[in-house]
Amino acid sequence: MTLLSLNNMKTDIGQYAVLHGVTLDIPEGGVFVLLGRNGAGKTTTLRSIMGLWNPTPGSVTFRGADITGLHTADIARKGIAYVPENMGIFGGLTVEENLILATDKGRFDQPRLKRIYALFPALEQFWTKQAWSLSGGQKQMLAVARAIIEPRALILIDEPTKGLAPSIVAAMAEAFREISQSATILLVEQNFHFAKSIGRDMAVIDDGLVAHAGPMADFAADTELQERLLSLSA
Amino acid sequence: MENLSNILGRMGGVYLLPAGLALGAFVLIGAPASWATLTIAGLSMGMMVFLMASGLSLIFGLMDVLNFGHSAFISFGAFVAATVLSLLGGWVGADSVFLNSMALVFALLAAVSFGLAAGWFFESVIIRPVYHDHLRQILITMGALIVSEQIILALWGGTPITVLRPHFLEGAIILGNVSVEIYRLFAFGLGLVAFIGLYLVLNRSRIGLLVRAGVENREMVEALGFRIDRLFIGVFMVGSALAAVGGAMWAGYETLITPALGGEMMIVVFIVVIIGGLGSIKGTLLGAIMVGLTANYVGFLAPKLALASNMILMTIILLWRPNGLRPAVK
Repeated sequence: MTLLSLNNMKTDIGQYAVLHGVTLDIPEGGVFVLLGRNGAGKTTTLRSIMGLWNPTPGSVTFRGADITGLHTADIARKGIAYVPENMGIFGGLTVEENLILATDKGRFDQPRLKRIYALFPALEQFWTKQAWSLSGGQKQMLAVARAIIEPRALILIDEPTKGLAPSIVAAMAEAFREISQSATILLVEQNFHFAKSIGRDMAVIDDGLVAHAGPMADFAADTELQERLLSLSA
Repeated sequence: MENLSNILGRMGGVYLLPAGLALGAFVLIGAPASWATLTIAGLSMGMMVFLMASGLSLIFGLMDVLNFGHSAFISFGAFVAATVLSLLGGWVGADSVFLNSMALVFALLAAVSFGLAAGWFFESVIIRPVYHDHLRQILITMGALIVSEQIILALWGGTPITVLRPHFLEGAIILGNVSVEIYRLFAFGLGLVAFIGLYLVLNRSRIGLLVRAGVENREMVEALGFRIDRLFIGVFMVGSALAAVGGAMWAGYETLITPALGGEMMIVVFIVVIIGGLGSIKGTLLGAIMVGLTANYVGFLAPKLALASNMILMTIILLWRPNGLRPAVK
């Protein structure tokens, strides 16, 4: 069943046309990975879904409802969470404050919080610390935790492994596998090994268009396609 | 050097600066009574400037808006309060603390109401079309300031207006050899109450959490499901109301006001916001107290340098900390 549909989505940033007509269906459940070279339009795709840049023309449909042109806050309220590439944590706020801000009613659902502690133990340890004092990996954990502190149907995550140590990347992969049991993750990722380890479906964005889409297992097995679309060598 | 910095940091860091400044002035002035009078005057001036500057700092920090029209709220606050005090002249001069207080409350309420309404109008009509465009913000808010000054000129005329002070705030308390003006004590107290109120709202409420988060990253606050544009209006209105109250208190302090009051104060207010660090209430308080103390001490020790003292202070602090003493985390 399709959760999110992008239909001929074109996005301009200033005078530059970045997306030239992205059409893509994201099925419900699992991890869907957007791959592509630098500057291909992956981040712009996520930001356009989130309403941070408005696609004109084109449309975005979420759970069957057209969300094109809605305010970012209204899109978020429909059940879409966003973890930007720069993580977007509030450095002057504590870990607790960062998380409580993302709750719907200003208080934690304790079972959910315990699940987050289990996924990211460092957050409990640094609960009262200001977020700027966390390491890069801990900040990424906080950013992801903030996206799942309330039940969300779709979580958009932009390059979560960038600059992280291998052990943190492994922990992040484990966390994404668990999160994808109850939510759909649309993941932008440059690290193909990480992407193929957790992705169920994938698409390659190239020059603002979808160049390829399909099951991750098929793409992972086709080295020639990888070489052509991502310049990856086997 | 690093150890010294760490030790100072543990002892209070930049919050020690006013104490250090006061200590240095004590040595230079020599006379304890004069020093105490100047210190109280400086703290009082600092608190009034804090009232005017806190709103600008939040507006600048949260909304990224360069509002040169902020001084219009200071001017209007002063003139509205002066008019109310003049209309309630019988209460102001009565030998009753209750009637004096009521006159003061009505004057401050009028300034606050005007600030809230004018802030709403200013944000909705003048600022909203120029978000994300600093050049246009400067041009349009400067234009709005000029128009505001002309409105004041048309309504109240160009002749300086005498501001009545409630009777119970006249006079001074004598403590040993130190004479402390009651009005200055009141201004200090009001500024302190405003600071504590702002601090509690910003640190103990969900709205405050949103404002602090919005100062750092507006886009992310929206991505969490909050309409920050609605928060902007609220912050702008509160900021304008605080400026109006600051203007009202300053009017009582000066007792003679002209339409140029806001423009004159704006330089000091900008210095305070820059020294303190954008978007930070604690930084604004620190900057305001530093400016108040410096102006009074330098005015006494080297009167010829008085006008330049705050500029010199700003230069020194920016050379040391280019983002100000306590900027909000960005």
